[in-house]
Amino acid sequence: MKTFISIYLKLSVGTLLVVIAPSLEAQTLDSILIRKDIDTSASVLNMDAAYNRPFLTADKMPVSLGGYLEANSIYSTEDGVTEGLSFQARRLTLFMSASISKRIKFLSEIEFEDGTKEIGIEFAALDVAFHPVLNFRGGIIMNPIGAFNQNHDGPKWEFVERPDVAVNMLAATWANAGFGLYGKAHKGNWVLGYEVYLTNGFNNSITDNEENKTFLPAAKANEERFEESNNGRALFTGKLAIKNRKIGEIGFSYMGGIYNKFEEEGLILDEERRLDVFAIDFNTTIKKTGTYIVGEIIFINIDVAETFTQQFGNKQRGAFVDIVQTVLKKEMFGWKEATFNIAARLDYVDWNIGTFKETGTEIGEDLWAISPAISFRPSAQTVFRINYRYQWQKDILSNPAAKTATWLFGISTYF
Amino acid sequence: MNKVCIYLVFLCCLFLVACDKTSPVAPEENELLDGPIEGLTTQQQIQFLKGDEAFADVFTINEGLGPLFVANQCASCHPGDGKGHPFVQFTRFGQSDTLGNQFMTFGAPQLQNKAIPGYQPEVLPTGATFTSLIAPAVTGLGFLDAVSDADLIALSDPNDMDGDGISGRPHWNTIPSYVQLRPNSISKNGKYISRFGKKGAAYDLLHQTSGAYNQDMGITSLFEPIDVFSLLEIDPEVNTETVRNVVAYLKTLKQPLPRDVNSGDVILGKQIFSDIDCAKCHSPQLTTGISPIEALSNKTFFPYTDLLLHDMGVGLDDNYTEGFALTSEWKTPPLWGLGLSKDAQGGTCFLLHDGRATSIESAILMHGGEAVQSKNKYLLLSESEKTQLITFLESL
Ligand code: HEC
Ligand code: HEC
Repeated sequence: MKTFISIYLKLSVGTLLVVIAPSLEAQTLDSILIRKDIDTSASVLNMDAAYNRPFLTADKMPVSLGGYLEANSIYSTEDGVTEGLSFQARRLTLFMSASISKRIKFLSEIEFEDGTKEIGIEFAALDVAFHPVLNFRGGIIMNPIGAFNQNHDGPKWEFVERPDVAVNMLAATWANAGFGLYGKAHKGNWVLGYEVYLTNGFNNSITDNEENKTFLPAAKANEERFEESNNGRALFTGKLAIKNRKIGEIGFSYMGGIYNKFEEEGLILDEERRLDVFAIDFNTTIKKTGTYIVGEIIFINIDVAETFTQQFGNKQRGAFVDIVQTVLKKEMFGWKEATFNIAARLDYVDWNIGTFKETGTEIGEDLWAISPAISFRPSAQTVFRINYRYQWQKDILSNPAAKTATWLFGISTYF
Repeated sequence: MNKVCIYLVFLCCLFLVACDKTSPVAPEENELLDGPIEGLTTQQQIQFLKGDEAFADVFTINEGLGPLFVANQCASCHPGDGKGHPFVQFTRFGQSDTLGNQFMTFGAPQLQNKAIPGYQPEVLPTGATFTSLIAPAVTGLGFLDAVSDADLIALSDPNDMDGDGISGRPHWNTIPSYVQLRPNSISKNGKYISRFGKKGAAYDLLHQTSGAYNQDMGITSLFEPIDVFSLLEIDPEVNTETVRNVVAYLKTLKQPLPRDVNSGDVILGKQIFSDIDCAKCHSPQLTTGISPIEALSNKTFFPYTDLLLHDMGVGLDDNYTEGFALTSEWKTPPLWGLGLSKDAQGGTCFLLHDGRATSIESAILMHGGEAVQSKNKYLLLSESEKTQLITFLESL
């Protein structure tokens, strides 16, 4: 895995040099490289996000490069106690796409999180288009559950933190080895997209981990999932998205399968246990005010052994919604289309829905947060953002919530 | 352009002011159970932090949880160092006489009511008597640990010589080989005074902690190496240093601090508490002897317990015993921190050994045996006196 990444890095840096070096002598970079911006046309769906990024390419070169960086400072106070001020280099993501031949293309995305603490291939897949409604994709893919998992690039958002439901309940960004089909169809104002994939999946850690709660992201630590399925059972992910160019997009997705290791070398270890995740995502812009609203609602059902501790719940749900309002858009400081946005996010996650067997009272383990934000975008690709986040988090017993206030100042930019 | 800048600055200021106003403030020191006692050395504080972390450590199956267990973390039963919730309550089983537990081959004393996938939890063997226990708070235990044996003997009155109906005796028990005797410990026929646990059956915090790792989480240690599933000795699943850090943490966890001490009702309630003899068992004040931890040496503190066993009557008699306690005998629980119990137990308090009382008043009404006269005096109080007494207890 590590060697693969390093080879890959050498390759991509190498390609970059090959692309640029010979021509540097004669011309300036700007005149050779072509910047391909994000397509904001109405037929774009969340499922297009992987390819729909600003790329840099050179004339006649079949390879495009891009990436983004996110960094911020953070100051938070939990119940009056602060850890002080920290600076975080959250992530550096590099992507490279290549047109291999007609209707065959390749895209890869490599992410360095928290410096080089976590290095992961988020995406590395081959796409073959047989027809607009029938495309094949295989390799390391991002499971199309909800919209954030596919469409998560930092510069697209007004908030430094990713939505809690996406990262702390779903496992965003959740990528796996596998393959599947996708396609899109248009008619009038309507765009319809579908995706179906089979991939490797989760493992026992989601119901047995140090978070002490059912926690899908725990499976991200399992690097083996790129090499081998934990239990020989594929994880199915399917999504249907509908967009009306005048109204907005709504997506319905499902991801599920047997998650636990139930047998080894023919010997039974446990019964087969299922995980089922349902998601609804939506985004729309209110015409009159230009207010952009985007959000996601997730429901998870999971079979946890009856004899195991109730710390690990068998039902979860969560949601987030962002409301973004542009308050100023004009030439500022010499940037033609600079914008000022104000925004607010609501986060909600309940990791353990149900009641205690012993008392019949509600199980806690939930979180609410509200985050007002101000952002400044010199151009669409770069964002400076100030966020304030106020969070209430309850333990499993619903004891008085721990309250946390956090200031975040950050930048995020495509490059 | 200027307008934009002004706009920007104004917006940021508004934002800063609005948000700063709403930053969460720290709760008062006397609203919280966790935190170290005052006057620790840097070294002791470092060990406190390590123990704190280990107390919150979640055991996963890979780290040795189970195969049979009750909970996976000290803190899940003692949340915020406070009392536990019925969802992690456990059952101990054995018999009603003091001849030693005859159900050891069935996994006694503790019923392992949870199991990791692939295993089945234990079921209660026929013929065994049992009790159900809810976790007590673990605060201020270093003070209780440092009270001298001589003081406890002086408080006791096993034969009720003063004729007040309240006897109270130390739990003279056999002790495991790994514990270290406390300074000036007194022995009687090879037995020593044990003082932790609901029946006071654990000698010290190492005894209680190793037992907790083993019986509550299925985690073996150097001290308690027998696996609860196989009943055979296995390698330690928690290292000795961690166990010692947890013990040091428990020893140096601060005592709960009272609130509203100057309120009129609290002062009157405190008087009533003595007048109706609650204080005869729930001894308001104790003094520590010498302790290797300077901050615990020769200190006066206010736990509202005498650490002695009392016969609490048939109502609280579960027909099960430990060590040499009678089935009807329970160690007086400290009442410090009583008013904060519900903040750890999810909003409702669960009092008495098995959490059967969900209010302070119902706990009082369930007192019997040696406490029956005291309870009767409570029943004779006027409504306002009762309120004052409860207000006092809530302030602890
Ligand atoms: C499954 C729930 C559970 C877990 C897990 C648990 N405890 Fe306890 N704890 C209890 C109960 C119930 C009691 C009362 C037991 C008794 O009477 O012996 C208790 C008693 C204690 C006491 C004695 C307090 C006193 O006032 O006498 C201490 C100290 C303690 N636990 C520490 C720990 C430590 C340290 C751990 C982790 C290694 C731990 N506990 C894990 C439930 C738990
Ligand atoms: C004879 C000794 C004795 C007397 C007198 C006595 N208590 Fe208790 N008290 C105990 C014992 C022992 C327990 C624990 C019983 C059990 O766990 O089942 C207890 C438990 C309690 C509890 C529950 C504490 C907890 O954490 O669960 C409260 C509250 C309490 N007593 C208050 C009082 C009040 C108020 C009085 C006076 C009216 C009083 N007690 C008189 C011995 C006594």
